[in-house]
Amino acid sequence: MGLICMVFFSLGACKNPEDRLNNDLEEASSLSSLVDVPVITFDELQERIFALDNDTLYVVNFWATWCKPCVKELPAFEMADSVFKDKKVKVVLVSLDFPEHLEQGVRPFIMDQGLKSEVVILDDPDANTWIPLVSNEWSGAIPATVIVKKGKKHFYERSFTVEGLDSEVRKFL
Amino acid sequence: MKNVLNTLLILTTCLLVLSSFTENDNSGTGYQIGDVATDFSLKNVDGKMVSLSDYKDAKGFIVIFTCNTCPYAVASEDRINALDAEFKKKGYPVIAINPNNPAIQPADTYEAMQQKSVEKGFSFPYLYDESHTIYAIYGAKKTPHTYVLKKEHNKLIVKYMGAIDDNVRDGSQVKKRFLAEAVNELLHGKEVTVSETKAIGCGVKA
Repeated sequence: MGLICMVFFSLGACKNPEDRLNNDLEEASSLSSLVDVPVITFDELQERIFALDNDTLYVVNFWATWCKPCVKELPAFEMADSVFKDKKVKVVLVSLDFPEHLEQGVRPFIMDQGLKSEVVILDDPDANTWIPLVSNEWSGAIPATVIVKKGKKHFYERSFTVEGLDSEVRKFL
Repeated sequence: MKNVLNTLLILTTCLLVLSSFTENDNSGTGYQIGDVATDFSLKNVDGKMVSLSDYKDAKGFIVIFTCNTCPYAVASEDRINALDAEFKKKGYPVIAINPNNPAIQPADTYEAMQQKSVEKGFSFPYLYDESHTIYAIYGAKKTPHTYVLKKEHNKLIVKYMGAIDDNVRDGSQVKKRFLAEAVNELLHGKEVTVSETKAIGCGVKA
């Protein structure tokens, strides 16, 4: 999917258009670096989420910027992240974009879409080892989602609507 | 007595027919290792229809569900060409099938397949699953998704399913060639040691 992401910021205090453009670019680049997108291995993902023993319900969505059905269902995950924020629910969007695609693809995409959920890039090519550790039911196709609390996982190899994810998350609250 | 025998014969036949239907009813789940795979007749990028039964001398097939668009499929193109070069002469040609519906994935049209085949110099048939049914019978969930079939007593038996190798993103970093190892074992008259593997892929859009 083609991604065209232009970020414009209106600044009132500039003397001329050229200065203004420079300021815009500086600001855009400093904002861009504020979007923290850790590139992690599967072991790190295990430590961050699947191996945790706290009271938080994690909604982990495997996606990629070029995956149309994944992008289409992102609003459902954004909804869950905001609606259930006070109920110890945390959404993590695990991007399977190629890590070299971070600066040109993933980070601009996050800013363009205004994603609030945490995004990480999973950089672990040996999928044959880690896919079954996510779920034995998983064929490896994306989108795929895991809802997990204290290591107990529920796996979904399908897309979610806003309503569908809402009612699924409520089952575990 | 003859009537009783006839009745028994009919009943036995019915049971056999019924049980064979049950065995072959893989709707929804797709094939398991050891299942009999179906043949098909699908349109190749050159306009001709291709069936597995056309390959009288083949010992088996490397069937790969793939597409024009998925970055994982694109990253695998050179490797699929290489597999065909390596194994066609040994009796296991590559047959590639695009299961995607262009209404959902516009760059996966038959015309774009033709273009892709020319651009990448595909040495194998690149077939269009126009009715979007063959992928479902096989149980392909994503692209790329591979199957190795071996001819046994004129049936095609599923011997391997899954990934091409252990690094779908980068062919230069591959450590284990799962599919090639499976075909080599079959060529040496052995059973396949690692018969099912997994890789990330794009969900079939049909």
